[in-house]
Amino acid sequence: MEPLALLVAATLNAGTVLAIAGLGLLINERAGIVNLGAEGIMLVAAIAGFATAVHSGSDLLAFAAGAAAGALLAAAFGWLVIWLNTNQYATGLALALFGVGFSAFVGLSYTQATLGQRARFVLPWLSDLPFVGVALFRQHPMVYAAMALAALIAWFLYRTRSGLVLRAVGESPESAHALGFPVRRIRLAAVCAGGALCGLAGAYLSVVYSPLWMEGMVAGKGWIALALTTFSTWRPARVLLGAYLFGGVTMLQFHLQGQGVDVSSHLLSMLPYLATIVVLVLISRNAAFIKANMPASIGKPFHPGA
Amino acid sequence: MTDSAKHALLKFTALGAIAASAALVGCGKTEEPAPAAAPAAEPAPAPKPEPLKIAFAYIGPVGDGGWTFAHDNARKALEKEFGDKIATSYVENVPEAADAERVIRDMVAQGNKLIFGTTFGYMESMLKVAQDHPEVKFEHATGYKQAENMRTYDSRTYEGAYMAGVIAGGMTKTNTLGVVGSVPIPEVLRNLNSFTLGAQSVNPKIKTRVVWVNAWFDTAKETEAAQSLINQGADVLFQNTDSSAVLQTAGKNNKMAFGWDSDMTAYSPEAHLASAVINWTPYYTQAVNEALDGSWKGGGHVWLGVKDGAIDLVSISDKVPAELKEKAEQVKAGLKDGSFVIWKGPIRNQAGKEVLKKDEVASDDFLRGIDFYVKGVEGKVPSAK
Amino acid sequence: MLRLEPRPQPSRALSLLSPLLALAVTVAVGVLLFALLGKDPLRALQMFFVEPVKSLYALSELSVKATPLVLIALGLALCFRANVWNIGAEGQFVLGAIAAGWVALQAGPEPAWLGRGIVIAILVAGVLGGMLWAAIVALLRERFNANEILVSLMLVYVAILLLSYLVYGPWKDPKGYNFPQTIVFDAVTKLPRLAPRLRANVGSLIALLCVAATWVFMFRLYRGFALQVGGLAPLAARYAGFSAGGALWTSLLISGGLAGLAGAIETIGPLGQLTPHVPVGYGFAAIIVAFVGRLHPVGIVFSAVLMSMFYIGGELAQSRMGLPKALTGVFQGLLLFALLACDTLIHYRVRFGADRFAR
Repeated sequence: MEPLALLVAATLNAGTVLAIAGLGLLINERAGIVNLGAEGIMLVAAIAGFATAVHSGSDLLAFAAGAAAGALLAAAFGWLVIWLNTNQYATGLALALFGVGFSAFVGLSYTQATLGQRARFVLPWLSDLPFVGVALFRQHPMVYAAMALAALIAWFLYRTRSGLVLRAVGESPESAHALGFPVRRIRLAAVCAGGALCGLAGAYLSVVYSPLWMEGMVAGKGWIALALTTFSTWRPARVLLGAYLFGGVTMLQFHLQGQGVDVSSHLLSMLPYLATIVVLVLISRNAAFIKANMPASIGKPFHPGA
Repeated sequence: MTDSAKHALLKFTALGAIAASAALVGCGKTEEPAPAAAPAAEPAPAPKPEPLKIAFAYIGPVGDGGWTFAHDNARKALEKEFGDKIATSYVENVPEAADAERVIRDMVAQGNKLIFGTTFGYMESMLKVAQDHPEVKFEHATGYKQAENMRTYDSRTYEGAYMAGVIAGGMTKTNTLGVVGSVPIPEVLRNLNSFTLGAQSVNPKIKTRVVWVNAWFDTAKETEAAQSLINQGADVLFQNTDSSAVLQTAGKNNKMAFGWDSDMTAYSPEAHLASAVINWTPYYTQAVNEALDGSWKGGGHVWLGVKDGAIDLVSISDKVPAELKEKAEQVKAGLKDGSFVIWKGPIRNQAGKEVLKKDEVASDDFLRGIDFYVKGVEGKVPSAK
Repeated sequence: MLRLEPRPQPSRALSLLSPLLALAVTVAVGVLLFALLGKDPLRALQMFFVEPVKSLYALSELSVKATPLVLIALGLALCFRANVWNIGAEGQFVLGAIAAGWVALQAGPEPAWLGRGIVIAILVAGVLGGMLWAAIVALLRERFNANEILVSLMLVYVAILLLSYLVYGPWKDPKGYNFPQTIVFDAVTKLPRLAPRLRANVGSLIALLCVAATWVFMFRLYRGFALQVGGLAPLAARYAGFSAGGALWTSLLISGGLAGLAGAIETIGPLGQLTPHVPVGYGFAAIIVAFVGRLHPVGIVFSAVLMSMFYIGGELAQSRMGLPKALTGVFQGLLLFALLACDTLIHYRVRFGADRFAR
């Protein structure tokens, strides 16, 4: 049972970066904005967080720095996309490209830096429980924060008035505008919140998950997170599911490799991606369900008074 | 033509016109203003000889703390050693594809006379350029094709892996060792096999588990791979990837690990046992000396090991008991004076078949083409057919 | 306070000026960056804008770099106009390379009956390989409503791993010291070059042909028209009887085929063998090329050339001036940002005064 418990624990850990970034992108997309620049945002936040941790020694400050960097970049993106009505996909891609180069540039002097001994987090009594103790209660607080975040966002979207307004903006900005809501400001707020979460995910990656800086270290997780929001049909709990599925299958294939399973490591490495496609197909079969959940105005520009 | 098409054509013609005029303007300028020789100003008897221009093509960033870092350190050492007799330059992050040829040709066009290509994937590109430019000398790391003006060189990193294995075999309590592999090329297979052989020499009961990340560095994947190995019972980790993620993951889990390519003690002092460090300075110094005095000859393959100072196991931690450390030092001494050979039979592969008979010493060719796991390594070789 | 006021009709002057303005802004920021880094800004600009075009050799290298970008971007432009978001062109590129490589491997000193014609077979195989990979995306979207962004993106990783599996395993060169690569393909498979000492090959001519063909398809053929209407106004298209499924399959198959063709050209052109390093990101860079080219075939040619100039210029700036490689990405991102921002001026006027719609 021990290996299974360890696998569960590793899955939760491996999925956290994807989950937090995915939740941020979900907020974006609920307001109708697709931010393809997630990878760039995560990278810039990763170096911002890492540099802050190196100079200040505080993880919390580092997370804050990452979130701030993410929000700032997202704000610039938001200004272009919401006020200047530039094409969302192209602008997001430009942000991704820019972020990759910018983070590599800024991070040039941090490649040899280290963060020292990292703290270990073990919940006092719960972690001694058989199986669940190992599986669930020996994680960094951020792992639990990701789960709490999903619950919080779900509550916000479906149980609060502001969440309703956000969803309305995402469904039909014209109607929301006609009702008197400040559509552009709401969208900007969503974009910044989403950027902050992506930034948090990036900082977590470079400060806790694999505490060092290397250019390009996000290694495509931003793109996977984007895919996950689609996979999740824009529901927060499903973002978690997708993130853990992906992380879990990744750890599983490593486990299979180590156990000597008679399949090429390349084919095993395909598993997380294939699994994601399969589950997506299963989820999407009901077209009406998709239509019911996809924010109708995704990707489309909004012109007040047009 | 529709209006929009006309607009499109017009605006892009404008763009093209700008580019073209820039080109025309640029063509008028000379590339690099030739430094004035100024013989009149200084009545020196003989003008100083032009410095030898040397260029390096790197696969990764110089700050990677690993493979490229080691090459660049050697380059800097060259500058210190030879002063103004040479002028070095480098290009980093050169991909191992069609782009490499262009970069190398440009290096030649810039007047570089000695060019180092530091990864296997540049082989075909360097060969093509070498054939076009017999006056330039080419040094290719880890390759196997040569020409009259191109030779190959490599470091016997497997000797460092063996020494690390000796320490690992003595330090493990679970008798399970974990290896995070990068890509299943012969070099990496050779390294993890040597690691296993070294461990078996002090502890015949050990097992090695291998996990492949299919990249030279990917910090998140390396972390996950290391975690997976630890979850499967490994308490000493070894890596052939370039970042310190494996070492740090070991530290997080109170396990032990080694540094690779460079001294990684600082990344996790509690987990660090020793680092296998590559040092290209002795070879590069020799190559530059040969180029300067005219004795450089292409066509050969040079494979340098502990004996030549190209690979070493350093910063052995105090956690390692004295007798074990002594054993590792003995191996090092044996490798230095040639009395100890790692790949000497009998050595069996996973299936139990003897790949080296008793007292048979492996040839360099054998070593360069290794595509099997030795007995004691679990798993299937990804590149097996 | 500045505000934006929509123009009654798009400004013709600004649609001409916008890319120039964007370029000027990028150059200005670039000059600032270079000066801050202590490098000669004029020389740096020369690296990016002059060196890549100043000799026949340089132009040849430019064409080698730009050809796959043009081909892939053409297909993507079609897809994006039809509102089909094919993000997986990189995977289709790789499959095209794999298919082309398979045919090339069959060549030996023997196949006399095909002779040089095998090049055509290889290119066709590349097209089919790319189409196959894109067909998976189309199938899953049509039958299961699976979002094409996610499926095509996941398939990119699968394609790259498939390539690795093949070159590490069944297709490995037996005399290659077990390094992951196929044999260097027989000379008969080599894509003909345009000039003896240059790397420019007929792939560039094929790309130009495809530009013309795409233009005809987009602006002169009924099918192309239907595709674009489907993307702009799906309900109107349905009312007019344009099949959404037809648009999906057409755009994905064409785009996959073009990406696969690019992969084949790269494989028997500059590469000459299959290695794990075939995928270099052309499929993603082409997305930007498509947008900067305003999804127009002729525009794509120019934007591909510009992007290639940036790539090559970045390499040269590195090797000749010590400018870090990271700057190339910054530069490209900046250009795209500036272009997108300046494009707004085509449809909007800048006015002073309170914004009635400030919210």
